[in-house]
Amino acid sequence: MNLNNGRGSMSTASSSGAWKSGDVVPDQFPAGLRVLVVDDDPTCLMILEKMLRTCLYEVTKCNRAEIALSLLRENKNGYDVVISDVHMPDMDGFKLLEQIGLEMDLPVIMMSADDGKSVVMKGVTHGACDYLIKPVRIEALKNIWQHVVRKKKNEWKDVEQSGSVDEGDRQQKPCEEPDYSSSANEGTWKNSKKRKDEDDDAEDRDDTSTLKKPRVVWSVELHQQFVGAVNQLGIDKAVPKKILELMNVPGLTRENVASHLQKYRLYLRRLSGVSQHQSNLNNSFISSQDASFGAMSSLNGIDLQTLAATGQLPAQSLATLQAAGLGRSTAKSGIPMPLVDQRNLFSFENPKLRFAEGQQHHSSGKPMNLLHGIPTTMEAKQLANLHQSAQSLGPVNMQVNAHGVQNNSLYMIGQPQSRGQILNESSGTHVPRLPSSIGQPMVSNGIPSGVIGRNGISDVGRGTGYNPVPQNSSMLNFPLNNTPELPGNSYTLGSTQGMSSLTPKGSFPDEVNSEIKRSGGFVPSYDIFNELHQHKSNDWNLQNVGLTFDASHHANSIHGSLDSSGLVHQGFSSNQRSAQSRNPSNVGKAMFPMGAASTDHGHAQNSGQHLSNGLIVDNPVRIKSERHSDASQNNFFHDQYGQEDLMSALLKQQGGVGPSENEFDFDGYSLDNIPV
Amino acid sequence: MEVGQMQRQWVDYTKSLFLEGLLDGQFLQLQQLQDESNPDFVVEVVSLFFDDSEKLLNDITRALEQPSVDFKKIGAHVHQFKGSSSSVGAQRVKNGCIPFRNFCEEQNIEGCIRCLQQLKQEYYLVKNKLETLFAMEQQIVAAGGSIPMLELSF
Repeated sequence: MNLNNGRGSMSTASSSGAWKSGDVVPDQFPAGLRVLVVDDDPTCLMILEKMLRTCLYEVTKCNRAEIALSLLRENKNGYDVVISDVHMPDMDGFKLLEQIGLEMDLPVIMMSADDGKSVVMKGVTHGACDYLIKPVRIEALKNIWQHVVRKKKNEWKDVEQSGSVDEGDRQQKPCEEPDYSSSANEGTWKNSKKRKDEDDDAEDRDDTSTLKKPRVVWSVELHQQFVGAVNQLGIDKAVPKKILELMNVPGLTRENVASHLQKYRLYLRRLSGVSQHQSNLNNSFISSQDASFGAMSSLNGIDLQTLAATGQLPAQSLATLQAAGLGRSTAKSGIPMPLVDQRNLFSFENPKLRFAEGQQHHSSGKPMNLLHGIPTTMEAKQLANLHQSAQSLGPVNMQVNAHGVQNNSLYMIGQPQSRGQILNESSGTHVPRLPSSIGQPMVSNGIPSGVIGRNGISDVGRGTGYNPVPQNSSMLNFPLNNTPELPGNSYTLGSTQGMSSLTPKGSFPDEVNSEIKRSGGFVPSYDIFNELHQHKSNDWNLQNVGLTFDASHHANSIHGSLDSSGLVHQGFSSNQRSAQSRNPSNVGKAMFPMGAASTDHGHAQNSGQHLSNGLIVDNPVRIKSERHSDASQNNFFHDQYGQEDLMSALLKQQGGVGPSENEFDFDGYSLDNIPV
Repeated sequence: MEVGQMQRQWVDYTKSLFLEGLLDGQFLQLQQLQDESNPDFVVEVVSLFFDDSEKLLNDITRALEQPSVDFKKIGAHVHQFKGSSSSVGAQRVKNGCIPFRNFCEEQNIEGCIRCLQQLKQEYYLVKNKLETLFAMEQQIVAAGGSIPMLELSF
């Protein structure tokens, strides 16, 4: 089986590294698409493998669903698409589909000799992106790459739409150092999603280049917010639009919420043993919700790993986090990453909150600050939980600030020590800023506190994706690349790695973004943001104007986080970091830069960012590609079959956008350099 | 027999299998997948199919002989048999699985037994024919010839 070999070789230039061992050039897409085939029928398996090889894809086959899952888990970014049989003895194909969707969010194609309408419908409702009837013909397999592209594109779009946060600041930070960006960026969203083992953040992060996909990373915090909103609305009334409103997370789109809601429902259903979700989603949801909560808590102890792995299981992660008491504290440096207020990211208002560069954040920061400081109603309770749990973390500071601002303050206050830690730690990086900023943020609504929290995280900003933006959503908390480390991602609990990975290669105090991106650790969970940010980073940065980040700096640093998501996160992270270092006032802005930070990583990203701001849709695409290319620096690239490749492919079509446009013109449409 | 003659025989034999409905277009797909890097692909896959099928048929037979028949399990076996046979292009075998599955759902043991009989017949028939075909191929290759490319349009 070939597990992504290509990934490692993320070269900045082309995403090719993503697939094959570096030889494939993006142009060859879809060649090199990494496919995992699962079927208990050996005859079919052999035929499929041969067919896929003929299509020039990289094939890994297995005949057991459990094996497939473990393969996917240990190699989060190792596959681009999964093809699975429906009827398998050890696990139902739909169940596997659900799991993959929740944990890794890869496109899954179902296949079966059964072509009955109900079965096909089941595939649709479970979220399969396609359904093939056996016998499968090679022609059908030739086009499966479209699902990979589509998924990425959708994520981008989401990011764009939701975006426009003021990324201005973030973007400004030019990310000078490619390496730092790589770590941060890449990891953030990718890592967060997939990371289950916190420790290997660094290496994995490479492929996480934020550029790759503007996927929203459902960090623990974000998910908590989401769950809170859902509970508040009630299962029956929990419609994406309302949830989105309640969550009030910038950069999050209704589509993000909708798809997450679907997954969540499936998950709940699974937990509560409800099998049909087609029809009474609500009912089951309701019951499952309760169950889920309970389940969640039970999950806490259970599979942190799994959660961490998925990074995207918010519920679980939350539960886990709480249970785990965030105590996992990644040993790294005790800096309570979570403290770093991811919230800060969101809180634009608190520009002051610059988060100190959390170089260390990673180490300590593992525990992402779930503190979002976002004053959502739900947060309060969640925060409380988080808070408590966070406290338990101790140094780790997993402060899972629930989204409320209050939380922030709670969090901050409650954990002064943690913060202190963060501060200390971060202070190393930013030092001076933190202490002052910390004090401030804490009390203020979350945002500032977010910043503080961020301190720990700010390290993240450095590299980890912290979510300085306290605002709304927990999601933001750890945007980007920080991924796993951040508690938000559920695995962040112990995994400061995420944070560390985030630590931007270079410590740019100013480039919060870049750091953030790099750090990926910021908010691992907040993939979407990353992506969104990335796109939006441009936008945000613009808005962030207030951020003291050097706009220019940011822009670059943002690595072209074309992926809005990337941008967002980074912007935040960067904000935070920079905020801290710079001054709290920037914090607010910092948020964006965080996202932008992602762009920092890849200068290309930056360009992408501004591109994304209000840019045409095309840009995003391009941006992405740009980012990706940059991402290579970051590591994001390799993460999935080359988002870069996709991007580059897309870009190419577009006419070769110049990847490294670091400068962010946040005018929104100043994409001059981007050839459309 | 000289190579050219053997090749013609091979072509005719193959065509007849298609015309009789024993094989369908999927078999052609398999042949098209065969190339220099995988010169024995078809034989390998079909051998795999044979082994798997024997097992399946045995399982089904035993399951039907049980005092308490587990129709669900049999149905699952039949479903798998349908999948694998369709993947190699054994059309008649695949078609034989369809009514079998229905009988399983109806829990009609008589129907199932009859279907199993039918299925076994079809399976052994196509197995026989394919083995003959492969033997012919071996002879051609041994004589220094190459297997012609089929151009049947389905």
